[in-house]
Amino acid sequence: MLSKAASLGAGDVTGVIVGSGVEGLAAQAATYGAATVYVADDSSLEAPLPQPRIDAVAQLVADKGIETVLFGQSILAADIASGLAARLDAGLNWQLTDLTSDGGNLIGRQSALGDSVLVDVGWTSTPRIGLFRAGAFDPTEQPAAGTVETFEVQLQEHSLAAEMVEQAHAEESGPSIEDADVIVAGGRGLGEPEKFALVEDLARALGGAVAATRAVVDAGWYPYSAQVGQTGKSVSPALYVACGISGAIQHKVGMQSSKTIVAINKDPNAPIFEFADLGVVGDLHQILPKLTAALQARKS
Amino acid sequence: MRVRPSDHPAPFAPLDVIAAPTDPADERIEVGVLIVGAGPAGLACAIRLGQLLEESPETAERLGEVPVAVVEKGKSPGSHLLSGAVVNPRALRRLFKGRLTMKDLPSYGEVHGEAVYLLTKGAALRIPPPPTMRNHGNWVLSVSQLARFLAEQAEAGGAAVLPETDAQKLLVSDGRVQGIRTGDKGRGRDGQELGTFEPGSDIVARVTVLAEGTQGHLTGAALARFGLEGGQPQIWALGVKEVWKVAKPLRHIVHTMGWPLRKRAKYGEFGGSFIYPMGSDLVSLGFVAGLEYRDVEFSVHDVLQEFKTHRLVRKILRDGERVAWGAKTITEGGFHALPRRFHAPGLLLAGESAGLVNVPTLKGIHYAIESGIMAAEAAFRSLQRGESPGRAGALGSYDEELRASYVVGDLHQVRNMRQVFDKGFFLGGALASAMTVTKGNLPPKEFTIEPNAQRSLIRTDRAASYPAADGKLTFDKLSSVFLSGNRTRDDQPNHIRIQRRVPRDLADLWVNMCPAHVYEAGATDGDGMVHVEVNPSNCVQCGAISAKAGRLTPPEGGSGPEYTLT
Amino acid sequence: MKIAVCVKEVPDATAHKRIDPGTKRLDRSGEGALNAFDANAVEEALRLKAATGDGEVVVVSMGPERALNSLRKALAMGADRAVLVCDEGAAGSDLLATSRVLAKALDREQPDLVLFGQQSSDSDGAVLWAAVAERLRRPVISQVAELTLDGGSLTGKRQTEFGYDVIRAPLPAVVAVADSINEPRYPSLKGIMGAKSKPQETLSLADLGVEASSVGAEGSRTEVLGLSDPPPRGDTRKIEDDGSAADQIVAFLTEKRLI
Repeated sequence: MLSKAASLGAGDVTGVIVGSGVEGLAAQAATYGAATVYVADDSSLEAPLPQPRIDAVAQLVADKGIETVLFGQSILAADIASGLAARLDAGLNWQLTDLTSDGGNLIGRQSALGDSVLVDVGWTSTPRIGLFRAGAFDPTEQPAAGTVETFEVQLQEHSLAAEMVEQAHAEESGPSIEDADVIVAGGRGLGEPEKFALVEDLARALGGAVAATRAVVDAGWYPYSAQVGQTGKSVSPALYVACGISGAIQHKVGMQSSKTIVAINKDPNAPIFEFADLGVVGDLHQILPKLTAALQARKS
Repeated sequence: MRVRPSDHPAPFAPLDVIAAPTDPADERIEVGVLIVGAGPAGLACAIRLGQLLEESPETAERLGEVPVAVVEKGKSPGSHLLSGAVVNPRALRRLFKGRLTMKDLPSYGEVHGEAVYLLTKGAALRIPPPPTMRNHGNWVLSVSQLARFLAEQAEAGGAAVLPETDAQKLLVSDGRVQGIRTGDKGRGRDGQELGTFEPGSDIVARVTVLAEGTQGHLTGAALARFGLEGGQPQIWALGVKEVWKVAKPLRHIVHTMGWPLRKRAKYGEFGGSFIYPMGSDLVSLGFVAGLEYRDVEFSVHDVLQEFKTHRLVRKILRDGERVAWGAKTITEGGFHALPRRFHAPGLLLAGESAGLVNVPTLKGIHYAIESGIMAAEAAFRSLQRGESPGRAGALGSYDEELRASYVVGDLHQVRNMRQVFDKGFFLGGALASAMTVTKGNLPPKEFTIEPNAQRSLIRTDRAASYPAADGKLTFDKLSSVFLSGNRTRDDQPNHIRIQRRVPRDLADLWVNMCPAHVYEAGATDGDGMVHVEVNPSNCVQCGAISAKAGRLTPPEGGSGPEYTLT
Repeated sequence: MKIAVCVKEVPDATAHKRIDPGTKRLDRSGEGALNAFDANAVEEALRLKAATGDGEVVVVSMGPERALNSLRKALAMGADRAVLVCDEGAAGSDLLATSRVLAKALDREQPDLVLFGQQSSDSDGAVLWAAVAERLRRPVISQVAELTLDGGSLTGKRQTEFGYDVIRAPLPAVVAVADSINEPRYPSLKGIMGAKSKPQETLSLADLGVEASSVGAEGSRTEVLGLSDPPPRGDTRKIEDDGSAADQIVAFLTEKRLI
């Protein structure tokens, strides 16, 4: 986001880092194009809760006359951006994939209606707030490092009401799906947790990693670390094989940038067939073993 | 030995769905008049009842909190409706007399001209429309859209329209129809109760009107229970239809006969096509073929695809895009297959489920509406008098009215026309003309007809002529089912009853016949039998399987296609 | 315990969704339905009401008058009443303007708990609750996969990119539930029949004391400038398994040089 903002040439870019024990990140942020990086480092900001962060960013926007606030989309960022919009009476655009400057006027590009249409969106006032899809831009390091300043946050009463009882520690295991070139993913269509073995066998034969949908992770069939989707990981492998996955929007946002998608599902009406490069209507329990065997035979 | 589907009947008996109420009396849902099916017949009945009850508040009062209720298995009224449709406005005008005109209804206007063609593979010969196929003064509309409109009218008139509600059982006790039992929701594939399980309910009514349309699930049971079957067995045709967005408006309606059907009598291929304009940018086209056909490779869906490759059709669809698809059976038995009576104690039969379809004129919607109106009036008369409609004969005036009306009169005139096509296309056509001229009195012999399922099967190389799907003009079954908006939960119990091990020919007949790719045939065993796999969630509830020895029952309410344009 | 559930009517899932190039707004002329994710929020509200033994569930929405049909689905499930803010002046509201109207309607109700569904199936926004919570000055927890009430506070299990957080907040609060939190019930037939006679209130902007200039297109701070088609994805191929699907997949992967 910093690199993109810097490239627009639409004024100075300010980085904001809010948290506890985050000062180390500031120097790093400064090398991606931020003229100034503001840091609020406070133990009350340790838990990843949105509302104290709304206070922090709102205060900075007001103090420094910031015109545009950009976020990389995440669960936390979406809540901050939305709350901030209400606090500052500012416009919010989301699901953005690009941002351009037209004589100082910023135009966002939004991917809408299940990616069936691209919408150019604008803001009619400042401050403007934008949420960008993960991986929308590539970072570029800048030679001139900006300065780092700290600031104190005045927290509002309602912002302190929610408290973190237990913070998530996702257990990482197996090869990371984010780095895999090939991903074989399983969904509820597998029928039962034991059937994940079919997916694992195929992943092994393809030399890839195993992923899962939220539905099966929530059902306890597979660990959270393998979850792809809105609240899981976003992946873009060369090949994504979706097994028994309907293609619900929450899953789609996490895997739609895969280069090639192969989907196997019993239900010919499954939405995944609308964006799969190869859609196979059939029974997983018959097709997967055959496919694994065929790939193994090919290798040997 | 030739295979006949009827030698392998579905494990299903109509009387299985007759039951006495089971819910405790205080838990039953009580309504005045209960109508099964939110199609033209059922909704016309509800609208007419609303009009009559408005004028007679004391009768409405007697019927309790819900004087009129309409249950519908589809997601919305119209979700499961599909027709041509060129409609004779006569009954709609009567229904809305002094209230609305045809211009107030959702329609695509009056028919401006028509053309009938006799097709061969390479040519189209325009012939003068036979008298039964003249459509001057009729209106083009989408029956799916009409039902949504009629449902709003019915609700405005005080009826409770209950979509996503499947009528599974006909409640009968003390010799009279008491109402229906709705289906359970939230059962798993093996019938087990899921976390969301919601049991069905008994709905009890003073009068129950079955207006289920083609292949009525409870109508069949009622005919069997009360001995109402007609003199001849009922038969059906299967229609597959598409709606296209086209670049150039079509000005007139088109019917075709002949190709791609084969004309020799032994194939039993009877039918034709329709192409109707829907305003300036949409065209509705479909192919209808009688289910007396015999070739196991015959597929109406693929015949429609083949039909579209004809020069005449290509021209109409050029630069167009398919926007809707659907399939449904049409009741074709006509006059001879009409029920012996249209009523039983506490029960009235209306619309297509009562057999009120005129095949030679390709009309049924105005009969459905007219019979719905008459059913409403008969029910009202009986309720107004305060007598028990459950008394034998209390609803008999409906029968008299219907038989004296143009509805049964029209069917009588064309009573033998459909059957003569058993003799092949040309002889049948000649006989049909003779009948038109003589108002049905020539030739004098009354024909008999075989049930669709009793036709022995043959196998020719029928499928060789079907075009491959190109995704632009021609389409496969799966992408078509997708377009139907079918959203059936795929872990619900199977609603299709068939024998699962049958001769190869019968399995192939089902596989090819089904436009929605519901059936799959396994490998042939040593004894020539194959196992048939069923994908019930693909089903668009066209009903064809019921004509060929299987049996469609209603799936969980809200399942099936979601037609909006058909 | 009074629970307000914010819901929305969206185009039916089978409808072909498109943005009207003239108005640059989503074409809502087709069939509408209750946003499927909102059914999870209604279900959770009904369960919480049942667990606490008493209380009221009110569904709150903003939209055209016909949206009442969709609200009735929530009533059929068991919600007690519906409030629809229905005003020409509110058409075209963006997130900011919508949150303003909803917050006013909620202010009037003073619920102990406000629930939202995970997202709307038409705008894929998943943001509205935080703006509403900010206006109400209440704590907010989103993506809640498990929700428990404990006297004057609630505890939510929130799913994030990193796993599950457990967050506690005092009531009144705003919670957006994930669709994995429950399986919405089927409305019973009695519920469906009774829905029509449950209280359904339609409010105008004036009823809520909302300035017309602060909502609708005028009160919005974002605008749609233009529409374009996304770059085409390569042709999609669909096959049916006739026993050879595995071989066809291998052939496809070979052709694409993926194996």
